[in-house]
Parts: sequence; structure tokens; C-alpha cells
Amino acid sequence: MKYLLLIYESESVGNGLSEAERGKIFQEYMDYSRGIRRSGNYLGGQALQPVSSATTVRVKDGKTLTTDGPFAETREQLGGFFLVEAKDLDEAIRLAAGIPGARTGSIEVRPIMPTPPVD
Amino acid sequence: MDFEALYREERPRALATLIRLLGDFDLAEESLQEAFAAALQKWPRGEPPRNPRAWLVSAARHKAIDRIRRERSLAAKTAEIAYLGGGAVSPSELADEPFPDDLMRLIFTCCHPALALEAQVALTLKTLCGLSVEQIARAFLVSPATMAQRLVRAKGKIRAARISYAVPGSDDLPERVDGVLRVVYLVFNEGYGDVRGRHDLCREAIRLGRLLRTLLPSSSEVGGLLALMLLHDSRRAARHDKSGDLVTLEEQDRSRWDRGEIEEGRLLAEEAVRRGGVGFYALQAAIAAVHAQAAEATLTDWPQIAALYSLLLRLHPSPVVALNHAAAVAMAEGLERGLRLVEELEAGGELAAYHLLPAAKADILRRLGRRADAAGAYERALQLVTSDAERLYLERRLREVSGAG
Repeated sequence: MKYLLLIYESESVGNGLSEAERGKIFQEYMDYSRGIRRSGNYLGGQALQPVSSATTVRVKDGKTLTTDGPFAETREQLGGFFLVEAKDLDEAIRLAAGIPGARTGSIEVRPIMPTPPVD
Repeated sequence: MDFEALYREERPRALATLIRLLGDFDLAEESLQEAFAAALQKWPRGEPPRNPRAWLVSAARHKAIDRIRRERSLAAKTAEIAYLGGGAVSPSELADEPFPDDLMRLIFTCCHPALALEAQVALTLKTLCGLSVEQIARAFLVSPATMAQRLVRAKGKIRAARISYAVPGSDDLPERVDGVLRVVYLVFNEGYGDVRGRHDLCREAIRLGRLLRTLLPSSSEVGGLLALMLLHDSRRAARHDKSGDLVTLEEQDRSRWDRGEIEEGRLLAEEAVRRGGVGFYALQAAIAAVHAQAAEATLTDWPQIAALYSLLLRLHPSPVVALNHAAAVAMAEGLERGLRLVEELEAGGELAAYHLLPAAKADILRRLGRRADAAGAYERALQLVTSDAERLYLERRLREVSGAG
């Protein structure tokens, strides 16, 4: 079963960090990724540019509307994700709890909807 | 044969096994219902089977397979029936205690922390206690449609997020047991806090407590919670007067307390304390046991209660526990001393919206004979109180301290 682990954190907290602190967090993420690759849970993962770089797109009556910024202004912003394979929600929760951002922000665990095979 | 008793006794375990075998809550509940209906027809006429649960599980499984055959398209069907292992359940597979872990699986799944607390409660009452959607809706003062939706969403999440049907590993077990106890205690309090007529919830919670105790006999918190519920429930007949008004512990007619429940609760509380590792529930049970031992309110061993509250306060610090501690200190060590503790809490501000703070203060002031101050505190409590029963009690006290004399 696949789960998407969405990492939400307040960007303003991250902005206030020193270079050394940032380096430490980067290292923690590297270690975490290596660990879940080794355990066979890792399917993918990326960090995202800050929401100041986000564009939201909607199509209304065939017309594409773009707005600057994220879909919704929230206290914590989506900053990255991991796509993992886990045997059940308990394992997915354990994986989520290991993400460094779980200590400073929140991880949303979303099961991936199974799709029928395409011919 | 007492079919109602058999249903109550066998239903949770049979259902727990069926959910594992069928992998679907609704299918398991519906087929078990059908199996019970078949048994009701069949058993009174002949000998009931030696192992009714095995019979029910087996019959329900066949009914589930029939249902799938009827309802699903051929292609989907073949795969699913293969998964269900279409054949008969072997007798050895369904020995006297076929799958002792299944009930644990069901309890831990219903009380999984990834489900909203209210959904955990609803699911527990529906599957483990066998209450109808209407009964649960009535108990929680929501419409049956809302409650039905809550259950559908919970079962949907179990399926979609793959909440496993499993007993947690030893690492997670203590935390998960706490979660289960929280649900059971919430069910109990929901029934106990109500003035009239929701004793069914208390009864279900006590039944769940007994069940948990058979499954986790060595947990002092499981025993402690069961003891706590029994000791509180023992006062049921004395808690309200003829007109339904609340009677405080101090004023209750103790001859109306249920001796059987007190004895059982007291033994369980003692056992929990002896076992060590006492926590939130065992300590509260111990406090309730001390109250239960006093034949009259004036004979209450307040120093022991104050000591137990101070232990509880150390282990589970909260303003509400601190308030109870203060009230016990007032009785054990002197009213002035208790009053000072209550005033410290008042200054802390955390309980600013909690009616029992001014109510406790008012009671101490009343005992001190400071009637005008007591009246002021009762008035403040009345501004905050939400339950009608407590309002009546506070109004009566206010009249007493405001009256002539």
C-alpha cells in the first residue's frame, strides 16, 4: 500500500535559522531518506520551493485563471513530501514520525488511491 | 434457551472473527445478523450446537459468500471468493476459543488513534456492544443520520487508509491501551453525567471494562478503570432524589448504594494498587473506594483521600485534579488551608470558565460560616454551570446561605 507523507511546516521558522542549523536539518533529511531507502519503504520524495514561488491554476469556462500564491493561506505550508510503501497505516505513521519535520511541523499521511491497471 | 443472553455473549467474538475472515465490517455485521436469524429458527427446535460461536461464524461466512455471489459481477466474484477461502471452516479452526486475538484486534481497530475520538466511541458501541445507530445517536444527542454518517466515514477510513486489523506490538501497546481506556471511560461518563436514563451507556462501559479485563488481566489501569466505574455506578440509586434532583456524595443515603458493586470495585482497586504501576484510573478508583468504605459521610477518611489526590496530582497534574485535591485538603487539614489552595488556583486563571471552582470555594466558605462570601461564590458558579441538575443544587445552596438566620 502506498502513502504520501506531506510535510507541513511554517516557512517563517525555517527562514529564521542559521546556516549551521539549516545544514544540520539537511543532514537529518539525508539520513532519513537513506534509512527508508534501505528498508525498502522509499518510493520517492522531494523538497519544494517556498510558497512565495507558488502559482495556483484553475480553469473556468475553458479559460485558464492563474493566481499568485498557494491554494490556501495556512499557518503551516507544504514544504515537501515522501511517497512510501507501507504494509498498513501503523507502519505509515511510524515512517511519518521519523521525518525530521514531524518535530517542528506536521506530517499529513494520505493513502494513495489504488488505480486499476491500464492496458 | 436464553437467546438474548447468547446473542450478547457470542456476538462480539463472533463478529471479531468474521471481520478478520471477511475483511469488511458491514459484510460481517450483516451476515452475522442473518446467521443469528437462522439460529433463532433452528435451535429452539433441536439441540443447539455444542459450540454456538463456531456454528454462527461458519453460517455467517457462508451467508457472506452467498451474498457476494448474488451481488457481484462474475469477474469480481471469482477473485473475492477465492480470497475468502470459500470452503467450510474446519472444526479445529473453530475450537472452544477459536481466535482469542480477534476480539483484541476488533477493540484496537475501533479505538485506533487515527480515527476521531467520537468515531472511535461510535464504532465501539456499534460493533462491540451491538447498539443500533438509533441508540447511539440518542445517547450522543445527534440525529441518526449524523451518527450513521459518522460510522460510514470511520469504516471508510479503516478501509481506505488501511488501518490494520491487528493487536499492536509491545512498543505501542501501553499507549494504545490508554486509548481504549479513554474510549470506555468516555462512554461511562457520557452515561453517568446525565441526570436521568442513560444508564445503558454505563452498563455498556462496565461490560467493556470486564471484557478488557479478561483480555488484559495483568494491567493495573484496566482493573483500575473497571473498579472506578463500578464504584461510581454503585451510587446510582442514591444520586438523585424522588424529583430527580442531584444529591451530592455527602448527602446521599448510603444504604442505597449497591454493595455488590462496591465489593467488586474495592477488591479490584486494591489489587491494582498492590500490583503497582498505578495510574490515572487506579488512583481515582482508590479514592472512590475510600469514599465507599465510609458508612456515613462524616466517617470519611479525608487524610487518605487528600494523600491519594496529591499522588494523582504528581502523576497527572491538571487544574481539575488540583481543585479536587484542594477540596480534600479542606476536609482533611482544615478549611482555611483548602480555601488558600482554591484561591491559588483561582489566581492561576486556568479554571476561569469551570463552574466547579467557585462551587468548591462556595462550599468551603459555607462550612466556614462566611455566608455572604459563600453566596457570592455560588452566584458565580451559577453563571458558569451548564447542567440543570447542578444548577438546582447550587440554587438550593444559594438559598440556604442567603436565607435568614
